Amino acid sequence: MMRALLLLLLSLVALPLRAEEVVMGLSKDSVNITADFDGSEILIFGAVKREAPIRSDPPLQVIVTVAGPVTPATVWRKERRLGIWVNTDAVEIDAAPSFYAVATSAAWGDVISDVEDLRHRVSVARAIRSVGAPMSIEDSQSFTDALIRLRESKGLYQQRPNTVELRDSTLFDTAISMPANIVEGEYTTRVYLTRGGRVVSQHASVIQVGKVGLERWLYNLSRNQPPLYGLLSLVIAIAAGWGASAAFRALKSG
Amino acid sequence: MQIYLPIAEVSVNIFLLFGLGGLVGILSGMFGVGGGFLITPLLFFMGIPPAVAVATGANQIVASSVSGVLAHLKRRTVDLRMGTVLLCGGLVGAALGIWIFNLLKQLGQVDLLVRLCYVVFLGIIGGLMFIESLNALRRSKKGAVPKRRHHGWVHGLPFKMRFRTSGLYISAIPPLLVGVSVGVLSAIMGVGGGFIMVPAMIYLLGMPTKVVVGTSLFQIIFVTAFTTMAHAITSQTVDVLLALVLLIGGVIGAQFGTAIGTRLKAEQLRIALASLVLLVCFKLALDLFLTPADLYELGTGGE
Repeated sequence: MMRALLLLLLSLVALPLRAEEVVMGLSKDSVNITADFDGSEILIFGAVKREAPIRSDPPLQVIVTVAGPVTPATVWRKERRLGIWVNTDAVEIDAAPSFYAVATSAAWGDVISDVEDLRHRVSVARAIRSVGAPMSIEDSQSFTDALIRLRESKGLYQQRPNTVELRDSTLFDTAISMPANIVEGEYTTRVYLTRGGRVVSQHASVIQVGKVGLERWLYNLSRNQPPLYGLLSLVIAIAAGWGASAAFRALKSG
Repeated sequence: MQIYLPIAEVSVNIFLLFGLGGLVGILSGMFGVGGGFLITPLLFFMGIPPAVAVATGANQIVASSVSGVLAHLKRRTVDLRMGTVLLCGGLVGAALGIWIFNLLKQLGQVDLLVRLCYVVFLGIIGGLMFIESLNALRRSKKGAVPKRRHHGWVHGLPFKMRFRTSGLYISAIPPLLVGVSVGVLSAIMGVGGGFIMVPAMIYLLGMPTKVVVGTSLFQIIFVTAFTTMAHAITSQTVDVLLALVLLIGGVIGAQFGTAIGTRLKAEQLRIALASLVLLVCFKLALDLFLTPADLYELGTGGE
């Protein structure tokens, strides 16, 4: 009830600012994972549509996010048992994007307030939803932090302040790079316009990421018809082994 | 040039992979081992998920064993009867191994088990081989003839069978047990198990050395083929593309390896192989015992 009231209040306050609206474009709306796939860079650009003259205070800021498919994830913690490091505790994180990049036009604290972040789930930490850890684990937050840290080190989570170029409070662009180890699915791209930490306009668009050609075919085969896939890999192996011995025998005798 | 592996879902340098296949091929040509026990840990170091490395390793061994056994069949150095007995044990063992593998995959301990198996077995085999070849080197300098050992207890067991090619009349139980244990290892470690089978056949079963390699290769084909199928069906972790690149490198490397191997002395070769095995073992052990850089790890089976 309190929250609904707060939202209503916020939207009332935000009403006069509605005069600005964001439009965006993507350099490509699909990413194809081919045999030589080595990551991809997506250019996100757009403009601010407005009828009134530009207000300069508080300054207009832009946040661009790209979020991969949301899945549950398991985080393990190691402990030393009998001298070796063993996975002991596990926390199931209910929903975490497999890829998440946030680019902003200024430092994080200047573009969005905590309340708005909570509402729109913009920052990496807010985009992850962890409902409850097992009773035996007290510091479940450290598992969520570990997930962010591990995925950041793989380039799957990116926090990039000051990387959105904003010109005359009207035109903006940024580039988001996706590493080679991304998963397939729908990647949601969002643009938020903020003034004084408050979101004044937002727009979303979808990028399709998928394996194509041989990669697609092999992956589908391995999931849908595993016996056939297993046989195929055996046939390839036996043929290669037989072919190699035949070829080298021919070389030796010839 | 990068290649994206559809099942492992990682992108790796194709030349690095090709080189790895080639290097292991050279070693397997030089030393007469399948090379699975080296290829799987090396794939771990490259960042391939262990589950995929193990399943794909098994697939790759099928290819190199087929290539090897054809040569041995021509020379009539394959004991088909012994191979079949070993195979029966091997299939049971492999099924058991796959079951253990999937159970641990659910518990999140598969990486640990695979690594632990490697450390233990590479340590034992490498250590024994090192000592044995050092002794052999010393003996050959003195010029003494090595003694042949006899294992009487093996001959006291029931269910005796005649193995003509090996010239043996022994119980079927020891070969079956050897088969089972190698089968389990093959499923868990993604290896053919030749590096355990060969010593077991010579020292435990008393088979003549000339038929050992061919027979071992013969049964390895079927056990690893079975393992590949089982991994493909139950855990879906066989990566054909990865296997193919490794295989091409391996086949070419093996021919060079054979050429190098004929120019070196047998004892020097074995010491070199033993050092290599111990080195890989040491690197893996270090990862287990040293405090990891990050105590947290993402689960692999959480899809």
